[in-house]
Parts: sequence; structure tokens; C-alpha cells
Amino acid sequence: MPRLPWRVAKLVEIRQETATARTLVFQIPGWPGHLAGQHVDVRLTAPDGYSTERSYSVAAPEQGDRVELTVELVPDGEVSPYLLEILEVGDEVEIRGPVGGWFVWRPDHTTPVLLVAGGSGVVPLMAMIRARRAAGSSAPFRLIYSVREPDQRFYLDELANPDPGLDIAYLFTRKTPDGWARPPGRITQADLTGASTDIDSYVCGPTGFVEAAADHLIALGHAPDRIRTERFGPTGG
Amino acid sequence: MGIVSRGFFGRRREEDVKLPPGQYLTHDFPVLSAGPTPRIGLDRWEFAIDTELGETHRWSWPELLALPSETPTVDLHCVTKWSKLGTGWQGVSLDVLMENVETGAEYALAYSYGGYTTNLPLEDLLDGKAWIAYKYDGDDLEPRHGGPARLLVPHLYLWKSAKWVRGIRLMNEDWPGFWETAGYHNYGDPWREQRYQGD
Ligand SMILES: Cc1cc2nc3c(=O)[nH]c(=O)nc-3n(C[C@H](O)[C@H](O)[C@H](O)COP(=O)(O)OP(=O)(O)OC[C@H]3O[C@@H](n4cnc5c(N)ncnc54)[C@H](O)[C@@H]3O)c2cc1C
Repeated sequence: MPRLPWRVAKLVEIRQETATARTLVFQIPGWPGHLAGQHVDVRLTAPDGYSTERSYSVAAPEQGDRVELTVELVPDGEVSPYLLEILEVGDEVEIRGPVGGWFVWRPDHTTPVLLVAGGSGVVPLMAMIRARRAAGSSAPFRLIYSVREPDQRFYLDELANPDPGLDIAYLFTRKTPDGWARPPGRITQADLTGASTDIDSYVCGPTGFVEAAADHLIALGHAPDRIRTERFGPTGG
Repeated sequence: MGIVSRGFFGRRREEDVKLPPGQYLTHDFPVLSAGPTPRIGLDRWEFAIDTELGETHRWSWPELLALPSETPTVDLHCVTKWSKLGTGWQGVSLDVLMENVETGAEYALAYSYGGYTTNLPLEDLLDGKAWIAYKYDGDDLEPRHGGPARLLVPHLYLWKSAKWVRGIRLMNEDWPGFWETAGYHNYGDPWREQRYQGD
């Protein structure tokens, strides 16, 4: 198998998702395509040759040579502030991938799916939702999406009118919209009940969130080998 | 050198330590696993070495703790880019566990509670290069970091250090493990940046 090459990726479009997150659409000549749930490595290089790499999930299914990422600001970070505040349309970075053959959803899967997102962990799950739509799949999907506050939700307009067969529940950990029945708080077992346990689950977000959500699913009787997890970072809500 | 990204100068270089290519330094201890964290009762816990000749050597939890242990201080390099330096562990060297194991095998497959597997050449487990570790930073190893015990093979990317290790199978042929069949490199040397197949 040949080495996954670094490819030059030119930023062609920016969409602001929240005050601290934006979607970056890159054009990458020769891109081999990818599956929903996979990630890429992004490499930045300084004029003196210093370089650094980070992983980012792809936010949308394969669409030719276009690759979409959604990046959330990690204050004081090295790479995310650059991608959010400095990178402009026309600028170039290097990307290689796709990477990861486990945390993926394939459009020919008909099994019901539970997606559980914490914060920016929604990104690869959104790729699955979009891949489902693009394929005209009728696999039942349920998204449970936990964020600190209402205005931190990504893809809000797109998720406001969910595709048929896609059910969405928001959880707020710090502040809810007015009149919201569930008080603010971290994900509990009760938030995950209701669904059959004969489903495939994808859980993605900060480590603490993923640990908690996966433990709740197991306590509810889900088989551990049907819970796929992706952990983005050490901390966060 | 890669193409220069306009306006990027880097923020981390003041740390100025020698890291494998593409890695950055962290002081946290991030977690990476493909699934939920399994919980294993110590009364049921065991570690086994299965040889290519069909023999199995087993250790219960008290038997493992009764073996002579070492306290290696090692650097960790995760394929997701973070490196953590100078981590302190306690565990039993594979040299001790292999002492009475008769084998001519060249390959090993570590397997874990929860079903995880990872493969490596047997020689990478010997000569003071690998441990079954049960304490981290002086405390019992937390489940999320692989407790009660994990394999520790710090000279390879951390996915080779199987968490929740349950045994090691010795084989005449190489048998790719979980990440190795999902696009990751078969050997995983961080200093040669062997992250993915073909690297
Ligand atoms: C497989 C994978 C997929 C990922 N996909 C995405 C994605 O789609 N969108 C996205 O925004 N990020 C994603 N990440 C996280 C991303 O790789 C970076 O870790 C993140 O952007 C921070 O990088 P940085 O250089 O800005 O911060 P750094 O300079 O690396 O870190 C600065 C400080 O913040 C802490 N920190 C690092 N990462 C995080 C984090 N994620 N949350 C909270 N604190 C953190 C560090 O420990 C450090 O103290 C993914 C990570 C992995 C492993």
C-alpha cells in the first residue's frame, strides 16, 4: 500500500458556524475520496521550516475534490486559532488522508443508528447525517447533541428541518433556551433511554463526555462492541 | 519541508525538546480508544501467554503483583499527534513473564478485555522494552488509561500498548490487530513517523 501523501489544500469557502467555530472548505486536487466519520491530518509549516500537525474530522461526505472541516476554537491552542482567525480564502495548508476505518458509517447500512455528540464531536456525525441524505438512505437515525449553550450549536439551520427518519434531541449543559423542560446539566442515562438497544452507536466528543455517554449506553444494555467512539481532546464539556 | 502556510509561525517551539516528527508536547494525558472503557473485576482478572506450541501460562492478579516489578520512566507518543514525556509507571517486565516460556515464535498479538488486539514482533517485547503496567504516577492505573493493567511498549506508538490487556499470543506468522487492519501502520515507530499503512 502506498504512503498517504501530503496534498496541497486550498481554502475555497468559509462558513461561520458559531462565534467560535467555522467550517472550512478546501479544494484538494487528487483527493481519493473518504467515508463519513473519517478524519484527515492537517499540517502547517512556518517560514523557517517548523511544522505541526493536528487531526480533524471530515464534516461532509465525499464530493469530488472538496473536503469540509469544522473547527472549534481551543483558546491558546497552536493550530485551531490559526485556522479560525488567520487562514483566509485562497490560502494553502497541507492535508493527508483519509484516516480511520472503524469510526465510519457506510450508506449501505440499514441498521438504526444512534449518534451522540458532545460539542465539536458533532462534526463526523454530521458527515454521517449528510451521507445518509446524499444516499437517500432510510436507516433510522437519532442524534443526541450536547452543547454548553444554545448558540454553540453547529449546523443549526440545516438541522432545524431534519431529514425524514432523523430525530434530533439537544442537551444543554450550562444554559438552555427559554422554557426548555430539561434543566441544564451533563448527559445522563435518562437522556439516552427510549431507543431499542439493537442499534449501532457512534459517540464523539471530549474524552470525559465520551466516557460518560458510553458508560450510560452500556448500563442501558447496549453491547460494547456496537458502540464506536472517537475522542477529540483531553478536556471540555 | 512542506509548503509554508501564510501567517503561521508556530507557538510551541519554546518547549524545544526533541520529539518524533509531527508530534507536539502535551502535559495532559489524553485518552484514545475505539470503544467504551471495559470494567474488569480483579477477582476474575488474569493475564495469559499462549505459545505457538499450544501451551498457556497464566497469572492471576495476586500472582502478577507478587512478581518483581520495575518503575520505568518513559515518553509516550500517540498517533493522534500528542507526546507526553517522562511518565512514571510500575509493572512487570515481559522478560520476567517470558522467563519460563518456551517459544520459537517471532510474532506476538496482544489481546484485551473488550476485544482489542494489536500485533508486534516478539523481539519488541523483550530486553527491557515492554511491561505489563498496573500503576501510573504512583496510583492504580485508571480504567480509562487501561487499568487494571495494560501493555506498555513506549518505543512504538501508544496504540501498541494495549489497554486492559488480557494476554499475548505468540505466533510464527504476523497477524494484524485492530488498528493495523483499519489503515494504521503494521509496526508504528514514531521516530520514523509510521502512522498509517505505507508510511
Ligand atoms: C481523530 C480526531 C478528530 C478531530 N476532529 C476535530 C474536529 O472535527 N473539529 C475540531 O475542532 N477538533 C477536532 N479534533 C481536535 C483537534 O485535533 C485539535 O486537538 C484541536 O483543534 C486543538 O488543537 P490546537 O493546536 O488548537 O490546541 P493545542 O495547541 O494542541 O492545545 C492547547 C491546549 O488545549 C488543550 N486541548 C487540545 N485539544 C483540545 C480539545 N479538542 N478540546 C479542549 N482542549 C483541548 C491542550 O491539552 C492544551 O492544553 C480532533 C482530534 C482527533 C484526535
